[in-house]
Amino acid sequence: MTTNILIAGFGGQGILFAGKVLAYKGLLEDKQLSWLPSYGPEMRGGTANCNIIISDEPVGSPIVFEPDILVVMNRPSLDKYEKEVVPGGMILVDSAMVDRKVERTDVRAVYIPATTLASQLGTPGLANMVLVGKLMKECPELAGGSIEEVLHKVISARHADLFESNLNAVKKGMEY
Amino acid sequence: MAEKFLMKGNEALAEAAIRAGCRIYFGYPITPQTELAAYMAKRMPKIGGVFVQAESEVAAINMVYGAASAGKRVMTSSSSPGVSLKQEGISYLAGSDLPAVIVNVQRGGPGLGGIQPSQSDYFQATKGGGHGDYHLIVLTPASVQEMADLTGLAFDLADRYRVPSMILADGTIGQMMEPVEIEETEPHLIEKPWAVTGTQMKRKHNVINSLYLDPEELEQTNIDRFARYETIKQNEARWEEYMMEDADYCLVAFGIASRVAKNAVVSLRAKGIKAGLIRPITVWPFPEKPLAEAADRVKAFVSVELSMGQMIEDVKLATGSRKPVVLCSRTGGVIPGPDQIIETVEKLAGGR
Repeated sequence: MTTNILIAGFGGQGILFAGKVLAYKGLLEDKQLSWLPSYGPEMRGGTANCNIIISDEPVGSPIVFEPDILVVMNRPSLDKYEKEVVPGGMILVDSAMVDRKVERTDVRAVYIPATTLASQLGTPGLANMVLVGKLMKECPELAGGSIEEVLHKVISARHADLFESNLNAVKKGMEY
Repeated sequence: MAEKFLMKGNEALAEAAIRAGCRIYFGYPITPQTELAAYMAKRMPKIGGVFVQAESEVAAINMVYGAASAGKRVMTSSSSPGVSLKQEGISYLAGSDLPAVIVNVQRGGPGLGGIQPSQSDYFQATKGGGHGDYHLIVLTPASVQEMADLTGLAFDLADRYRVPSMILADGTIGQMMEPVEIEETEPHLIEKPWAVTGTQMKRKHNVINSLYLDPEELEQTNIDRFARYETIKQNEARWEEYMMEDADYCLVAFGIASRVAKNAVVSLRAKGIKAGLIRPITVWPFPEKPLAEAADRVKAFVSVELSMGQMIEDVKLATGSRKPVVLCSRTGGVIPGPDQIIETVEKLAGGR
């Protein structure tokens, strides 16, 4: 079983961090995995994306050409990657940021106003974690495990004060 | 078993260098290798090591020359344009028989090029990027784990043969994170009686030099050095074979390209086409033996590269061009997808 995940949006939306959370989740579950960021000028304001592969087998190419799961945090990312998703795959949309629906009918479209929900929590920057929570709810392959344990791994001691707010955002996504 | 961590390739390489006893690092920032320098900047002061951000790549490589002359394990790293700047110093290191490790996390070129991954410094790395008759030992990691493992090896080989070695990586392998285990082992430090460490009036002074004004002496030095290169060729070529036992089509790829090629092999096999992969782990010395042997069995070779076709020349030489060798590549920072490789092989298979 191999899950190819592509998360895409603007730089600054926490795309790479959301990917890191999924990667650490895989690590704690003793899976094979890879995490590949886009790097360079697009990290700050332009389009950013993150490729995550979680597998029972050794990971071949770390580049996700055909995602099983696509998470989009802005319209350009949906426009660009919608056609790449494998038939039967899933597209998770931050509907507060994307003003159109998924056009394809051979994939499962899931909508959540992640940015709005994160703002309601007082942490508008944590839409990424709301989406992580929603992914864990919607995708059996990403369900289970302790998100607390994962967050303890990902959030460095220096930023320990951000643990609660991240956890709350994930829970918000799981409950939606 | 050591605990597995998620690390970027650049960071794993830096940590592995430290574990291998490297306490001296000179560098200059450039994407996509900057995490390596940043890691060294953070760690070296805490472990009694030295981190210097030099005023330029040229300065950094000459600092490496100095530290290597003193017999210390020393490293510098950069990306393609910066490695071009280092070439003079690399030639001097080779000409003075100094062990050191140079890291190139390649990006697209020529010129300033771009910042996305590339393998188009293959010629520069394997054929002598600077002037004169010389080689580097060139190791090509294809995973974050190998970024760590091959770094320790690079130091060991450099010391053993008194030859600078290079880690030839690329932006993808440098930037990606994978689980990695870095063994807690004692570094394999060896005596360096040739090093300039002060005679304390007890021995004749050592000289580190690459200047030989007497042509016969220079010729003999080069001949002696090439005898050492011959030993390296015999002993140190490394490669991985993947599904080669019954392969009709042999992909040849290193680094990130080999990862994509593995996916292509699996897909081709699912379609009934017997493909396999030979992945050079050293590109100098080039693994000639498995390729020569494969030339007896396979129908054709496909060199998969992130360049306009550089390693393909070594594939042709190693196989004596006894079987067709075709190129499948993207360049400028683009990575070929498995589909492109599959199409290339299908075309060959259809043309039987």
